[in-house]
Amino acid sequence: MLTLSPRRIAAVAAVTISALVLSACSPGSLGSSDPNAATTLSFLADNSETSMKIAEGLAKDFSAKNPSITIKVETRPQGGEGDNVVKTRLSTGDMTDIFMYNSGSLFQALKPEQNLVALGDQAFAGNLDAAFKTTVTAGGQLYGVPFGGATGGGILYNKAVYQRLSLQVPKTWTEFMANNAKIKAAGIAPVIQTYQDTWTSQLLILADFHNVSAVQPDFADRYTKNQAKYANTPAAARGFQKLQEVFDAGYLTKDFASTKLENGVKHLADGTGAHYPMLTFAVGTIVTNNPDKVGDIGFFAQPGDDAAKLGLTVWEPAGVYIPKTTTGAKLDAAKKFLAFVASKEGCDSTAKAFTPSGPFLVKGCALPSNVPGAIKDMQPYFDSGANSPALEFLSPVKGPALEHICVEVGSGIRKAADAAALYDQDVKKQAQQLGLPGW
Amino acid sequence: MSNTRKARRRTAPSPYPYWFYLPAAVVYAVLFLVPTFASFYFSLTRWSLFDYQFIGLDNFVLFFQEPALVKGFFNTILYAVTTSGLKVILGLPLAVLLTSRIVARGYLRSVVFFPVLVSTIGVGITFTVLMNPEQGLFNRSLAAVGIQGPGWLTDPSWALLSVALVDVWKGVGLATLIYIAGIVSIPQEYFEAARVDGAGAFGGFRHIILPLARPATVTVVILSLIGGLRSFDLIWAMTRGGPGFTSDVIASVIYKQYQAGFYGLSTAGNVILFLVVTAIVVPLFRYLNRGEVEQ
Repeated sequence: MLTLSPRRIAAVAAVTISALVLSACSPGSLGSSDPNAATTLSFLADNSETSMKIAEGLAKDFSAKNPSITIKVETRPQGGEGDNVVKTRLSTGDMTDIFMYNSGSLFQALKPEQNLVALGDQAFAGNLDAAFKTTVTAGGQLYGVPFGGATGGGILYNKAVYQRLSLQVPKTWTEFMANNAKIKAAGIAPVIQTYQDTWTSQLLILADFHNVSAVQPDFADRYTKNQAKYANTPAAARGFQKLQEVFDAGYLTKDFASTKLENGVKHLADGTGAHYPMLTFAVGTIVTNNPDKVGDIGFFAQPGDDAAKLGLTVWEPAGVYIPKTTTGAKLDAAKKFLAFVASKEGCDSTAKAFTPSGPFLVKGCALPSNVPGAIKDMQPYFDSGANSPALEFLSPVKGPALEHICVEVGSGIRKAADAAALYDQDVKKQAQQLGLPGW
Repeated sequence: MSNTRKARRRTAPSPYPYWFYLPAAVVYAVLFLVPTFASFYFSLTRWSLFDYQFIGLDNFVLFFQEPALVKGFFNTILYAVTTSGLKVILGLPLAVLLTSRIVARGYLRSVVFFPVLVSTIGVGITFTVLMNPEQGLFNRSLAAVGIQGPGWLTDPSWALLSVALVDVWKGVGLATLIYIAGIVSIPQEYFEAARVDGAGAFGGFRHIILPLARPATVTVVILSLIGGLRSFDLIWAMTRGGPGFTSDVIASVIYKQYQAGFYGLSTAGNVILFLVVTAIVVPLFRYLNRGEVEQ
């Protein structure tokens, strides 16, 4: 039998441990430094259909223009799990060479000053929309370029149903509820909800933000400073009330608790549901799944209480960022890629890859003329200036439990007033985690 | 164990040098001790993965103020007690059945044990489909006989119970297996003696199997209670704690905090979960085992 001396065991243990340590090194650190050699960049994007198609489209068109640089798209989960992947990879120095991630409050949680490469000195910085820039700026430095166009949050509706019942696009919440009553009387579910994708439950509250800021222009600022609350600001609490009202009136689709986004979009396209409070990117899903119904779909901003103050709540696109771990030739190539994304060619490539969800935020970019009607319906709000960014782009304070609270309100488990107070309590954790003053 | 044997063992030199422990000790320390003690420290910090700040016991205060926690705590206990109780109630009769002389006994034993071998997430996703209120097999079958089935996973009053039932379906095989081992180890002489004394099948069960399978009951209760208290995977796969917070358990509350990026807070939650499980299981284990010795 093999005899093992203590020393020999120690040696074996040492070898094992060093092997473990070595295998933890990232392959990214072994990249070549020859500037003329072909460079391969890894690009992390979330695994939604929209993001995948845009990321792959951008990668392909960029490589066609720059044959020496290849971009390999990697995917990660969406939502909270994706946030963890991004944060873990950044903190362990294992991030891809370029990555796509939310702008606004989630971007701030990445500690950009510590983890990302500042881009303020790049030529493309001047081409970006000012409102977008604030959502990817930290400590006065710019860190990202827009991934896709702006997205509207409001009500997607079925124009065929509206025509059949001869309804008008509502300008106030009261008109909206009156339309709902008529739609219900006609045997169609007035409001589609899809609580198996919990995030979709938040739209009636988040897309109501233009109505909040129209009444209280300083709400976002005071909210960040812990001076304004949902529960004690009547305009802000309205969102929760609206969610409760549509449930109480029995306006929801029958399967609201058990379906997902894709089925909700299908209800809207077939006209089994008339309104879907949603982000405009869902129009792209209709283009893919029900191309013959795209003409039936329209869009309007979530109405408030005053028709004169009607306006659209806008979601800024996600950003494309470079982590500090990207250096040398890869860094140059990565900057080149970002310049491409923030150019007219980049916008065209994006529009070709997936139906745009709204106007592009890069100078010189225009929407193609063949965009679906629902996307064109957004343009008037941009032309008249009646739009505001969603709260998550104006304040880093967003509580993680909002979607679950909304599911409760929208399913009749919790009342609106209680929910607003509970949400105020939830955001406190986020504010403290970010170390904001005043919390 | 007698005192003399204990003494002998202490004085006799071990035939193996202590070096033999080293590889295991290194692995244990690196993978278990260091993270455990690090987590005790990080539970006292506000930790963003990029940096951390010592904040004393604030995380624990915040954790106990968590509105979903009370509900989660109650649900955890309810879930653990329900699954553990049902596994005993169903496992014992099944084991009695599968140790009696019946046709296709070996086949039936494997059928009962089979769900234990299947991945929990797979089971969760499958049952989520089966339990869909509109298109699921369960409600379609019920509708065929004229019953309007509940929204198994979408009705707040059913969600947790539905998950617990699936947990029982998946775990009862293991409970049965433990009971089969317990029943088989009871000497046949007892049954023969009972029969001579005129005991029927039920008498044999009541006065022989039930008391003598007690060690098996202890094992089943302890294992399923620990499993129930730290249950997470099945609940997450089926309801993600929803609708709203109605089927949240402590582990899913902690996981959601981790997902939200509150790493210090969720670590504090794990420390609390560790203490709670210990506080329930250690006394229970002592109590149940003492009963066994007294017999």
